[in-house]
Amino acid sequence: MSGPMLQVENLFCERDDRMLFEGLGFSVDAGEIVQIEGANGSGKTTLLRILSGLSRNYEGDIFWRGEPIDRVRDQFCRELLYFGHQPGVKALLTPEENLRWYCALHPSLDASRVAEALEQVGLAGFEDVPCHSLSAGQHRRVSLSRLYLSDAPLWILDEPFTAIDKRGVAAKEALIGRHIARGGSVILTTHQDLQGSSVVRSINLDRQGGH
Amino acid sequence: MADLITQAASERAQIGPGGLFVATLRRDLMLSLRRKSELVNPLIFFLMVITLFPLGVSPEPGFLAQLAPGALWVAALLATLLSMDSLFRTDFDDGSLEQLLLSPQPLFIVVLAKVLAHWMLSGLALTLVAPVIAVMLFLPAEGMPGLMLSLLIGTPTLSLVGAIGAALTVGLKRGGVLISLLVLPLYIPVLIFGTSAVQAAVTGLPLGGYLALLGALLALGLALAPLAIGAALRISVSG
Repeated sequence: MSGPMLQVENLFCERDDRMLFEGLGFSVDAGEIVQIEGANGSGKTTLLRILSGLSRNYEGDIFWRGEPIDRVRDQFCRELLYFGHQPGVKALLTPEENLRWYCALHPSLDASRVAEALEQVGLAGFEDVPCHSLSAGQHRRVSLSRLYLSDAPLWILDEPFTAIDKRGVAAKEALIGRHIARGGSVILTTHQDLQGSSVVRSINLDRQGGH
Repeated sequence: MADLITQAASERAQIGPGGLFVATLRRDLMLSLRRKSELVNPLIFFLMVITLFPLGVSPEPGFLAQLAPGALWVAALLATLLSMDSLFRTDFDDGSLEQLLLSPQPLFIVVLAKVLAHWMLSGLALTLVAPVIAVMLFLPAEGMPGLMLSLLIGTPTLSLVGAIGAALTVGLKRGGVLISLLVLPLYIPVLIFGTSAVQAAVTGLPLGGYLALLGALLALGLALAPLAIGAALRISVSG
């Protein structure tokens, strides 16, 4: 399909009487990485929550494949993978149980690939260990393994590399590279520089704020 | 119950709303069974209130028997209400709720499964222990069927309505008190018809009418509450 995947026009958001951004507009094409930059508290997470449809506290227009996002909500949810601030992993369940429930939420995912995905993030052998006895990094990895299962074209990742070791970060960057090569798009926030990805475009929120 | 869950777990997760319903029900039951202290909370509360009644009011059998229908129903209602706050709390804290709202599957299904799981471990459990506890209040044997039937049909409505309050307050740090304020007025019809059913059963009057009214409330709750819960969850997460 021609045209941008996701288009944002004239986005305005205010929080606790403080303007986060105003007149924000950008588009995300297939095969593109968009990195949201900004200081702490500049509204990166808020922007990602708005884009994913979790937060409705905004003014402006968001279009998904040319259609207003509220009208194609179902289609959008099917094509979105959102990795939020909280990993969405239940501490009392094992990694495998966590992922199986996620597969039930997203019917297009193949539940038989769960074991494979856990192996990819280095959690082979931890399938039956409740997540509360895993380390912080492993906890994040459980959630990140969703990236290996996903066939969604748009990934929205909020600080995906927090608490992940160097090798893990390299593996995730390679994964993002493969996703881009397949024609997917990524919107992410991170305080690290992405290595080896030439198509990164940044949007800086610091210049937007009304300081 | 553990057998039931392992058996279900061995089955392949099916795709589609039905599969999601089963998966969510199984997940929530599993979570509750691994957190045993919270699991028995409503039951212990129920037992404590009923134990204290004879001590605080009067140990005389005739008087207690008169008091029993109302006391049992009030204790069951409060026990359900107390357990309500935790329904969406952990999902909200660890981000599962966000994933749930971003699912392309109908929210109705997940919400209904979560409420059913909650009811099985609160309302249904209360219904099953109620006859044993009712004996402590000298409830006549004729009242037992009325007690169990009215609790069986009435407590699901309590869980459904309570879940609306839980969904509205899940974004707040301390929503417990607010839930009670929001939900208690809506609990009153259930309490009235529930107690009346037990009293009718004790005195030998037909209780079909009361049970039909409780059933009507349940049907209304089943149809409308999941929509309200879903909308309330979206508001809470959006904030």
